[in-house]
Amino acid sequence: MENEKNHIIPYRTFLYVLALLITLTLTSVAITRIYLGTLTVMLALLIAAFKSSFVLRIFMHLKFEKRMFSFALIAVVLILCVVILITFLDYLYR
Amino acid sequence: MNMTPEIHRDDLTSKTGMWFFLFTEMLLFGGLFIVYSIYRFRNPVAFHLAAHELSIPIGTINTIILLISSTTIAMSITAIQKKAKKLALLLIGITILLGLAFLVNKYFEWGKHLKENIYPGSPVLALRGQGDVLFYGLYFFMTGLHALHIIVGLIFICVITSMIYRDKINYDNFVLLENSGLYWHLVDLIWIFLFPLFYLIT
Repeated sequence: MENEKNHIIPYRTFLYVLALLITLTLTSVAITRIYLGTLTVMLALLIAAFKSSFVLRIFMHLKFEKRMFSFALIAVVLILCVVILITFLDYLYR
Repeated sequence: MNMTPEIHRDDLTSKTGMWFFLFTEMLLFGGLFIVYSIYRFRNPVAFHLAAHELSIPIGTINTIILLISSTTIAMSITAIQKKAKKLALLLIGITILLGLAFLVNKYFEWGKHLKENIYPGSPVLALRGQGDVLFYGLYFFMTGLHALHIIVGLIFICVITSMIYRDKINYDNFVLLENSGLYWHLVDLIWIFLFPLFYLIT
């Protein structure tokens, strides 16, 4: 943790993550072909969120950086969630 | 006496700056996603039918292209840390080629729409109703803005490649490569959400 500058991620970690990401992509394509309704939207977005967590943590090194970066990212995501919530409350109950 | 001049460098600050820039990018695209979801919510049928016209195979191929290109640029950081300059250059070269392949696919995809007279402000689209106008307006704007980010990312990565070639970026000083990688991953991240929203959820 102290010398995160010198942290080297092995090549194969990236390849494992890539295999997982491609599998998830194909899964989400397959799922959206089968299911119908609002469940599809939820599942597709859940898979997208799951995929992005790997991109952020491994590819973008968040897992190995100072925690400040992760906290700042969480803050940004929370801001977005709050804005989405407020916007939809407005449209649903107007 | 130590006579070597000390060049001040702060990698952490450099990376922090990059992350803060990426946060503004996330909020920019986040705002567009909110616009998309509201319009979708108000025009469910039109969005459903319009999304059917997008090619899922091309979208899937482009997703995989971006995922692989993200992997190769991430691996190039490992290579540079291990002092494998040639491998790093090769991996970055693959990233650039894949980025170009993505744009070529996009060109054919947009070309198909334009051939069918579907573009923002087209009379054919206007006849199909408000929902289609909104869907394709957002589609062209969001994928276009994303493609613009791909182009910027490619230019950024090309500059980085020449710096690695000239040993300006090396095993001891590679924060610029990391930052260009971060930018490229962000572009990938945005596509991870654009793809299901426009192509899959029909």
